[in-house]
Amino acid sequence: MTRKLLTGNGAAAWGARLANVDYVPAFPITPQTEIIETIAAWSDAGEIPARMVTLESEHSMITAAGAAAATGVRVFTATSSQGLLYGMEMVYTVAGWRVPLVMVNVSRGVAAPLTLESDHNDIMAARDSGFLQIHCSTCQEVLDSVLIAYRLAEDKNVRLPVIVNLDGFYLSYTREPVEIPEPEAIRKFLPAFDTKNSKFRASTPTSQAVAVLGGSPYSYFRYETHLAAMQAIDVYGDIAKTFSQQFGRNYPAIEAYRCEDAEIVYVMIGSFSTKAREAVDQLRQTGTAVGLVRPRLLRPFPTKELQKVTAGKQGIAVIDQNISMGKGGVLHTEVASALYGKSNAPKILTSFIGGLGGRDISAEEFYEMVKVTKQAINDGVTPEPRLLYTRDEYREMQKLQAIAHVEREELETTQ
Amino acid sequence: MYRIRFHGRGGQGMKTASRILGTAFFLECFEVQDAPRYGAERRGAPIFSYVRASRSPINERGVITNPDLIVVADDSLIPIPAAGVLQGITDNTTLLINGHDDANTWKHRLNINCKVLILPVTEEVEDRAELPFVGSACVGAAARLIGVITEENLVEAVNDEISSLGADLIKQNIDQATQAFELMAKHEGLVKESTSKTPLDYEQPEWINIPFENASISAPTIHAAATSVEVRTGLWRTLRPVINYDRCKNCWWVCSTICPDSAISVNEKSEPVIDYDHCKGCMICVARCAPHAIETIPEQLAQEKEKQTA
Repeated sequence: MTRKLLTGNGAAAWGARLANVDYVPAFPITPQTEIIETIAAWSDAGEIPARMVTLESEHSMITAAGAAAATGVRVFTATSSQGLLYGMEMVYTVAGWRVPLVMVNVSRGVAAPLTLESDHNDIMAARDSGFLQIHCSTCQEVLDSVLIAYRLAEDKNVRLPVIVNLDGFYLSYTREPVEIPEPEAIRKFLPAFDTKNSKFRASTPTSQAVAVLGGSPYSYFRYETHLAAMQAIDVYGDIAKTFSQQFGRNYPAIEAYRCEDAEIVYVMIGSFSTKAREAVDQLRQTGTAVGLVRPRLLRPFPTKELQKVTAGKQGIAVIDQNISMGKGGVLHTEVASALYGKSNAPKILTSFIGGLGGRDISAEEFYEMVKVTKQAINDGVTPEPRLLYTRDEYREMQKLQAIAHVEREELETTQ
Repeated sequence: MYRIRFHGRGGQGMKTASRILGTAFFLECFEVQDAPRYGAERRGAPIFSYVRASRSPINERGVITNPDLIVVADDSLIPIPAAGVLQGITDNTTLLINGHDDANTWKHRLNINCKVLILPVTEEVEDRAELPFVGSACVGAAARLIGVITEENLVEAVNDEISSLGADLIKQNIDQATQAFELMAKHEGLVKESTSKTPLDYEQPEWINIPFENASISAPTIHAAATSVEVRTGLWRTLRPVINYDRCKNCWWVCSTICPDSAISVNEKSEPVIDYDHCKGCMICVARCAPHAIETIPEQLAQEKEKQTA
């Protein structure tokens, strides 16, 4: 067992290395490139047996990943943002093939306007694809989640690809102490992929991913994929338990931090949730009973667990690092649908959108969100969703706009 | 509401037929829905189209599963299950067949009790996918059976829908339509409107919670090899290529290589052999055979000959 400083990208690469992957189709994109650079260096030095291939696009990369996984080899790949969106046709397609593979997505805001920093709109676009999703909040969790993801994907009752998501910059380029498990221990936790049901071979023709005409067979295949994803809740629970027993690190489908006696809980995913964790500790010191609910699994969505950990609370503050145009926060919608009509569900569900494009969320803002939620509980009225955006930010924005206006005027006068 | 379904082969004008009937209803001040439904978008492949017409706005959508009238332009489709000609047929349905055999023969053959009418085939052609004016004849007959469409509006509907074809073709189509309209005079109004299913008498859908089945069963994978052989695409054929072995030079590679469906193989005597289960009748082999050793005969004729010799 080694403990060393690793970036989130380095931790993802180590996850792939320890999983003893056979094949890594790759395409570079910031802030993910370091993952494939790391694996490429190991491959070059002969430290890992994996065959690494750079493809001409993410579309081809995900196709190659799915096709290879269909033959029963263990496949790892990684992408981010625009790359994930460019490969989106195949994200849906390979999930329909029911092949197990692990893809790391390093979350980054989507264009336009272009940004490189973290935001969850990219990963939300893959929400309904059939890929399962594990969301990480630390570099350690990235490494461990890649290992857990392989067991989940390869389970005979699941057989679905899994995305392990980490936030660009805040995790991808941030070093933290990470415990690297011993390869022997990993071999016990994650044995070689049992390819019994993967018969896709050049010498024995089968048809993978056949076309169907008609809504009835299509419904069957689609719904079975959904049922497999639903199976993954219990399967995940068992895997996490085994992992915890073997490595001492616990990763329940929903992390509930100081929730037992909490009156108000934050619900959020990703790396910013450690900020919420810090806010919980600070608020607790001032006598406010607050907790943090962090779904690690977004697909399948742990509805029952969410109902359980929020039962009897007075209010929930959902923080979304994404925005569905014309509706609002995606996580807020998911939480609402999981709790609506449940007799012991909190009456107040506030919605905050923050951290878009890597915009920071300050400690003060975490405190204020609890204050607003508390007020809503007292008034019995849920406030309108709020974008975390300050007067100062708007003033800075206006300055930028002033510059843009000047330029526009200059252009108009010279024409 | 009237619910009418037309069945034919790609090329026989079933889409146009449904549009003509739709327009004719529309001219009679009905609310109308008409639509074609394609499978394999190819000449000779089964196709159907349908028309709904009602005095009040139509909320139903999609394929008609409870037809009042089924019109079959090509009787060779009836035995093909994939064509779905008889789908939803009941004793209240009227079945109109464009063909040679009489009504009782069909009733007996299909073991059905509904009304069966025959629209006699007026003209036989080599390639049934090119059966001229069959669509218009079917519409003319259907319009009279329904009984709420005047001859005047039938003619105007034909005019509206095929106006781009030129005066001669329009006239021939109108003649076919009106002749069939006259022919069905004694059955005017035979097809009645039927009602919609109500919440009082509906059959409860037998919904189930489909069981979870793991990916070894529920992935869209076919584990057997070469299963496409099971699909008899030869049923699409309206023309049949027949090899005249007296003229064949046994070059063997031209026809077998050029066949887009790999339906021509070469036997141990170096003779090309056509797999009629999968030959779609594209006739590319006929066009490419240098010594003109492959002949074209109408599929219908070929099948009749086979029956006689059998």
